[in-house]
Parts: sequence; C-alpha cells; structure tokens
Amino acid sequence: MEALGLLLHGFEVLLTFKTLSLMMVGLVLGIFVGVLPGLGGPNGVAILLPLTFTMDPTSAIVMLSCIYWGALFGGAITSILFNIPGEAWSVATTFDGYPMAQQGRAAEALTAAFTSSFIGSLVAVLLITFLAPGIASFALRFGPPEFFAVYFLTFCSFVGLGREEKHKTLISMSLGLLLAGIGMDTVSAQLRMTFGWSELYRGINFLVAVIGLFGISEILLTMEERLALRGHAAKISLGVVLRVWKDLPRYWVTLLRSSAIGCWLGITPGGAIAASFMGYNLAKRFSKDKESFGKGRIEGVFAPETAAHASGTAALLPMLALGIPGSGTAAILLGGLMVWGLNPGPLLFVEHKDFVWGLIASMYLGNIVGLVMVLSTVPLFAAVLRVPFSAIAPMIVVSCAVGAYAIQNAMFDIWLMLAFGVIGYVFKKVAIPLAPFTLALVLGNRAEDSFRLSMIGAGGDMRVFWSNSLVGSITTLALVLLFWPLVAGAIGRMRGAPVKTTA
Amino acid sequence: MAESEKEIVVEDPTAPAEDSPAVAGTRTVGLVVSLLLMAFAGLMAFDNWRTGMGWAPDGPKAGYFPFYLSMILGGASLYGLVAALLKRTGAEQVFVNRDQLRRVMQVFIPTCLFCLVTQWLGLYVASFLLVAGFMRVIGRIAWWKSLATSFVFAAAMFVTFDIAFDVIMPKGPIEALFGH
Repeated sequence: MEALGLLLHGFEVLLTFKTLSLMMVGLVLGIFVGVLPGLGGPNGVAILLPLTFTMDPTSAIVMLSCIYWGALFGGAITSILFNIPGEAWSVATTFDGYPMAQQGRAAEALTAAFTSSFIGSLVAVLLITFLAPGIASFALRFGPPEFFAVYFLTFCSFVGLGREEKHKTLISMSLGLLLAGIGMDTVSAQLRMTFGWSELYRGINFLVAVIGLFGISEILLTMEERLALRGHAAKISLGVVLRVWKDLPRYWVTLLRSSAIGCWLGITPGGAIAASFMGYNLAKRFSKDKESFGKGRIEGVFAPETAAHASGTAALLPMLALGIPGSGTAAILLGGLMVWGLNPGPLLFVEHKDFVWGLIASMYLGNIVGLVMVLSTVPLFAAVLRVPFSAIAPMIVVSCAVGAYAIQNAMFDIWLMLAFGVIGYVFKKVAIPLAPFTLALVLGNRAEDSFRLSMIGAGGDMRVFWSNSLVGSITTLALVLLFWPLVAGAIGRMRGAPVKTTA
Repeated sequence: MAESEKEIVVEDPTAPAEDSPAVAGTRTVGLVVSLLLMAFAGLMAFDNWRTGMGWAPDGPKAGYFPFYLSMILGGASLYGLVAALLKRTGAEQVFVNRDQLRRVMQVFIPTCLFCLVTQWLGLYVASFLLVAGFMRVIGRIAWWKSLATSFVFAAAMFVTFDIAFDVIMPKGPIEALFGH
C-alpha cells in the first residue's frame, strides 16, 4: 500500500491556500469554458495554459486539470437545459437529459449527470492511483527500442481502430509527424525543412498549433451554425439531490459498466466521445425497457456521463506513466509538462513525486469540489449563455492570440495560429480527424529520437524491434492493430460468418 | 419576470439560411485539399532528400524519418484523391453555403486585422479595437456597451497577464505612454 502513503503526501502538497484557490479558479474557468459554445476541454486548456507559465509545475497542473474537470462538468449543463451539447462527448447526454428537462425534471437530470460524472472519474482516478505507479516502474526498464515500439503502437492503434477513413487518419498523423520534424534535428543538430526561413528554426510549437486547430477553427465552425437557443432555467434543491442519490444504488450495474467502458476507451485512444455513446447504447441494450430510452429516462443520463468522465480521466493514465497521452486534452497537458521543464515519461514517478501525487490527489479533491460547486451554481452558469456570442467570440480570439504569443514570445506564432485555425476548419469539414494530428505533433520528436537511438544502438538493424520478447510483442501487437480491419475480416471469413463492411 | 426565470431565450437574427446557395461542395474541397497535401508532401520529400535521407555510418541521417513520412503523406493523399475521383455520387454535400461563408468571414477577417494591428499597436489596443468593433458592427450592440465591455476586457487582460502572472505581451506606443 505504498500508493496510499504517497497519495497522502500528495494531499499534503495540495492543501495549501494557494493551491486550493488555484483549484477553485480552475474549476470555475473550466465550467465556464464547458458551457460556452465554441470552446471545450482541449481548447480551454490550451488557451488558459499561458496563465500557468510562471507557476511552479504542481500548481500549474492542478489548475489546468481542474479546468479540464470543470469543462467535463460544464458540458452537461447545456446538453440538458438547451439540448446543445457543449462538447462532442455530451451529445449522448442530450438523448434523455433534454426530454427530462422538458418534463420539468431538469434539476433531477442535472444532479444525475454531475453525480455520475463524479463516479466515473472517481473510478478512473482509483485506477490511476493503483495502476500508474506499477506501469511506470515497469516502463523504467524500457530502452529506446521499447519506447519506439510503444509510440508505434499508439500510432497504429489510431489508424487501425479509429472510426474515420483510414487514409484520412494516416494523412493527419503523417502531417503531424512531419511538422514536428521541422527545425533543428535533435540528433545531428542539422536544420531541416526550414527552407532558410529563420522563423522556422525553432520548429512549430505544438501548443500554437493546438490553439489554432481547436480554438480559432472552433469559432469559425460555431459561426456557421444558428446560434439561437431556447431552454430551461433550473435550480437544484437539496431535496432533489438527496432523492437522486438515494436511488443511485439501483443503477449500480449501469454505473459500473459505463465506468469500465470509459476507463478502457480512455487508456486506449478511443476517447470520451466513443465512450459516451457506447455507454449509452449498452445501457439501452441491456435494459428491460428499451422503449423508454430517449424519452427522459434517468439511466440514459447516468450511462453516457459516467463513461465520458471515466474516459476523460483515464486518458491521463498513459500520459503520467508512459508519457503518451490518451486524449487530445491529455496531449495538451503533456505539452504543458514540457513547458514547465518536466520530462514526461516513467521517470516522473521517481524524480517528481510531489508533482505526480499532487496531481493525482487533485483529481480526487477537484472532482469533489467540482461536484459541490456545479450543483450549487447551475443557474449562474446557465445564464452565461445569455451573453451574446458577438461579445464572446472576439474575446476568445484574443485569448487564443495571448496563448499563442506567450509560449515563445513570438509574433510569428500568432500568424501560425491563424494558419492552423484555417487548417483545422477545413480538415474538420472534410472529415480529416484532428486527434491523430495533435498526438503526432506532440510525440513526433520523441518517437523519432527513440527510433534513431535504437538504430544507432543496433547498428541499423531493424530486427532490434524483435530483439527480446517485450519489444517484440509490442511491435507485433502494433502491426496487428495497424492492419486490424484486415485481420478482423480474415478471422470473420475463417469462421464463415458474413464479413461486416464498415464505411 | 417569473417567465424569464423559467426560460432562457437567445435569438440569432442573422443566422445563415438553410437554403442559401452553396459556394463549394465537400468533394471539390476534398480534392483541392488532397492536391495541396500532395504538393506539400512533394516539397518536404525534396527538402529531406537534399538534407540526406539515407544512412550514415551511425544510423539514419536527419532526413530519413521525415522523408518516409512525406512519402506516406503523399501516398495517403493520392489514395484520397483517386477514391474521391472514382466515387460517383449524385448530389454533392455542401461544404459551405453563401450565408455561412459570410458569417465565417465576419470572424475571420477581423481576426486577421487584429493580428496585423497587434504587430503595430500591441495586443491590448488591438484587443480593445477587436472586441468593441465586433460587438458594435457585427453584434449591433449599443456603442456605450461595446466600448465599456471591451475596455474592461482589455484592462482585465492587462492586469491578469502583464501584472499578476508576469506573462509579457507585445505592446505598442500607447502602453509606452504609461511607462510600460
């Protein structure tokens, strides 16, 4: 039970006035960001990242992760009250949440959403607490070939398991890896792909790209839509909260199932969006009364919210233990780690105990405080939507510019951000996924370095990736996942079952 | 005011019409994007070939990794291009219609201007102008509200970043007047 002792130490780190107040600020900003149209978890975290540049890493990560929890909570408010999912992962919450609000049960639906969010992330945090240190200490034995194999596995699973068209995922990923390579080559100190343009010598900063891709492009996309909204105001009374909580044990199967789905999809690059839909669909399939789903059934709120939160939280596990983010937001937090001067990877657990356990402790505390806060302040945040978008849009643009500039104090980065905004807008509309791009951009240099270090170590022999059972099985698994659609098809044919074609 | 407590209503009078004529189709834009990506891949491949994409005695040269990546990028884009050309579908999906494009440009053009102004007058003045101008011209919000909001916003940004968090933003002649 070494983890418990370290966790207690984490709470000690956390329980200072400064950290606690940063936590509250983070949660408020996060809920705000989650409620606003055109902003969400990843963009919110990316835009607010510059605030943390001058903080110590522990305070910084506590504030940023609280923004993330807040955004996860906030997404549910607009889904239920206005039938507008503030986040893609809250789409499934609207199916039953909005009908409940229409029937005058908005308070009940909101309580259900917040409570199940809390349960989902709690399960995921427990998983992180007890699993992450083990994985990290196992990964300490990794050399460059093993690390390259793990990166390779991450990339391959995106291509093989993603629901987007394969060539589009491949485009997105290779473009991200290419852009990551621009500038000074870390191994040979040679400049490449700069075409003599001095602004490019530094390389393309990951966070600048993310702010453009998610922040600016999201504003452009939001403007295309009809922004009128009509919804219910709600106040949550203590009576409703207690009534919903009293009924909770009846839904333990749904809650547990959704948590498990969420944790699994969070660690693998499935993501919160897939998790919320899967949680909802499975709850519906296993229900005795399928017809009542979509008409205001409380289980239809529990299932997707639990899964989305579990997945959003579990995505931090591979980031902490291996330095590989499980989601877009985790990738941004990873980018933050580098800005604060930490080196992501398994060594974090050894070299920066305060940081890691402070973060894990803040996940517990942040979710509890967030739950209380969001339950008591819903009317306030719902009213935020009354603020006209023509006032919010330019402020978001300014925040994006501040974020992009602050990273390296370069005006060029503001222009770069604008360019990425256009790229993100076009890519989203032609269905090229952005998540692989983000992941590739943040991992690109590290993946290449580990590849070249393994090559140098092995004298250029590719068989190094099968030189022992560990690295061999990871590499093989990666290749299996890469060609998973073909493999699954072959297995299906061997069984004689009709092959299901996926579009 | 009992009604407004129960319901929150926000209107959007300038919302894009559903039946506004299309400016471009998704397939066309997809083709253009594929072509651009192929051109980019070609450019990158050329530069990496120049840097050296082979093997040095101590392992791959600097251009090795990116060279093969640009090959993958080019290949995947080519595949997308061919697949889109071969696919014969009746009605093309609308990429963007005229009303939508107008609204997108309403944000995009001011954003570009904002970046330009930031370069000359500093970020805070530019953000004051952007917020006030946007609220007044596009949101049709009263002058005094727009000006007051944007002034408070720019001042709050200045206090948060430059003073509280020590994150220094680009500044111009106006901040210089106040000794910053």
